[in-house]
Amino acid sequence: MDIVITICSGFLLLVGSFLCISGGIGLLRFPDFYTRMHAVGVTDTLGAGMILVGLMILSTDLLVFAKLVMVLLLTLLIGPTTSHVLAKAAFHNGLLPKDSNNLSQAKEKENTSSIL
Amino acid sequence: MIDIVLLTLLVVIAIAIIRMKDLFAAVMLAGIYGLLSASFFVAMDAVDVAFTEAAVGAGISTLLMLVVITMTGSKEKPTRHKPFSALFVVIITGGLLIYGTLDMPYFGSADAPIHNHTSPRYIKDSMQEIGIPNIVTSVLASYRAFDTFGEVVVIFTAGIGVLTLLSVARSKENDDKIEAINDSMHQQHLVIRIISKMLIPFIFLFALYVQFHGDFGPGGGFQAGVIFASAIILYTMLFGLSTARKVINQTFVQIIAALGVLLYGSVGIVSLMNGGNFLDYNVLSSNPITGQHLGILLIEWGVGCTVASVMVVIFFNFAGRRAFQQHKKKLQDKESSAC
Amino acid sequence: MLIAATLAIFVAMILAIIRGIVGPTLYDRILAVNMFGTKTVLLISILGFVMGRPEFLDIALVYALINFISVIGVLRYSDTNQFKHTPKENESTKKER
Repeated sequence: MDIVITICSGFLLLVGSFLCISGGIGLLRFPDFYTRMHAVGVTDTLGAGMILVGLMILSTDLLVFAKLVMVLLLTLLIGPTTSHVLAKAAFHNGLLPKDSNNLSQAKEKENTSSIL
Repeated sequence: MIDIVLLTLLVVIAIAIIRMKDLFAAVMLAGIYGLLSASFFVAMDAVDVAFTEAAVGAGISTLLMLVVITMTGSKEKPTRHKPFSALFVVIITGGLLIYGTLDMPYFGSADAPIHNHTSPRYIKDSMQEIGIPNIVTSVLASYRAFDTFGEVVVIFTAGIGVLTLLSVARSKENDDKIEAINDSMHQQHLVIRIISKMLIPFIFLFALYVQFHGDFGPGGGFQAGVIFASAIILYTMLFGLSTARKVINQTFVQIIAALGVLLYGSVGIVSLMNGGNFLDYNVLSSNPITGQHLGILLIEWGVGCTVASVMVVIFFNFAGRRAFQQHKKKLQDKESSAC
Repeated sequence: MLIAATLAIFVAMILAIIRGIVGPTLYDRILAVNMFGTKTVLLISILGFVMGRPEFLDIALVYALINFISVIGVLRYSDTNQFKHTPKENESTKKER
């Protein structure tokens, strides 16, 4: 039973760390802000989730387990929301994606939708 | 090993903050600096300090500095003179300070008085004299309660200073305008508003948990006050300052700030009236240990109230000043376009 | 295994700091700070397990909330003129057509 627990948590921690590092590398190598944000948003939430589940398997106390569940729920809720808010604010303030062909269309959309 | 890596990163970030000309980037890097400090304290096993640093240094400070930057402008003015005389004065003063510390015992040496007299007394006798597991709280709230009283008065004075210098006479906005602002913001920030409505009650509950759990784990009045204030700040940012002022009356918050300090001082005066010293909790009830518990509970409650209300007051005043400035600028633009 | 995860998170934090210092636009820096914040939450949780003190999870919880509130604060106050992105290279591509 001990071996199963160690192997499971080790595997989950490994996958989670790999996702976090790949998110970091994506942050450095992608060409544009929107692509970087996609890399960070996706890998951050999933990597954090896996690491936290791996730690949950290792925990011995019920209070520690409950706190880890709370941190996991908070991360799952907050990660995608932050990505959404960042992208919306960047687009609304005029940062266009690189090599976007329909620049005039994007500018028109921005001028008409002042509330959105 | 972890310490060396974290300290190197701290030095790198500090140098980057000094060299940046864009103040906004400097504020972001200062946020990262606060986080690195919190991690460093965690690596050194100082849990309460890490808690306070994470809440204050990386959260509230960044928010307040951002509000200031949006009011003043985010480019640093180019320096017009070489600051050689200032450098000279700083080097002389720093040299004198270092000379003054040469007499002190080496960092961490085993025969320093602090390791032989004060620390063993706290560590050995804290459980019998006071009876709570967290030694940091027992030192902060009972052995050195007078110093903590000074800290709370300093925080209160900072709140009074901000109120005196920065408060702007508020024009009473009628309810229709508030409704209109609310509706337009609801469309603009729909997703984030719904998520915050789900989160804010839990943040309040967590602040209360930290306040009362300070006897057994990391926590206490300061951290709980900051978390409570940050929930109110989140509400204010997303729902508008006028709506937040209707929900949370500013006069009430100012009264709570004063009541916190008053509660703390009253505990001391009640101890005096019962025959002990000022802030001596042993005389507060028939059993000294119960007296200590009661005293610590009351003063932590006072600290939490004052810290939360002062943070809320400071934020309301900064944001109110910014709204006033933008309102004035809008009026000026309207005038110049009308001519 | 926990030590390996700690090292991996350190590497990710260093990569985030590099982007925070280099990043050409403002939004790159905000993204870097946000990623640094989530990595700090994970680092504190794992350090709590490594050092055998589960009280660190309170700090991780506070830190996640404060990170969220800071990013929302930054974005909420970004509707001033200083944050508007002026596209300089669009003018040259428009002239080419």
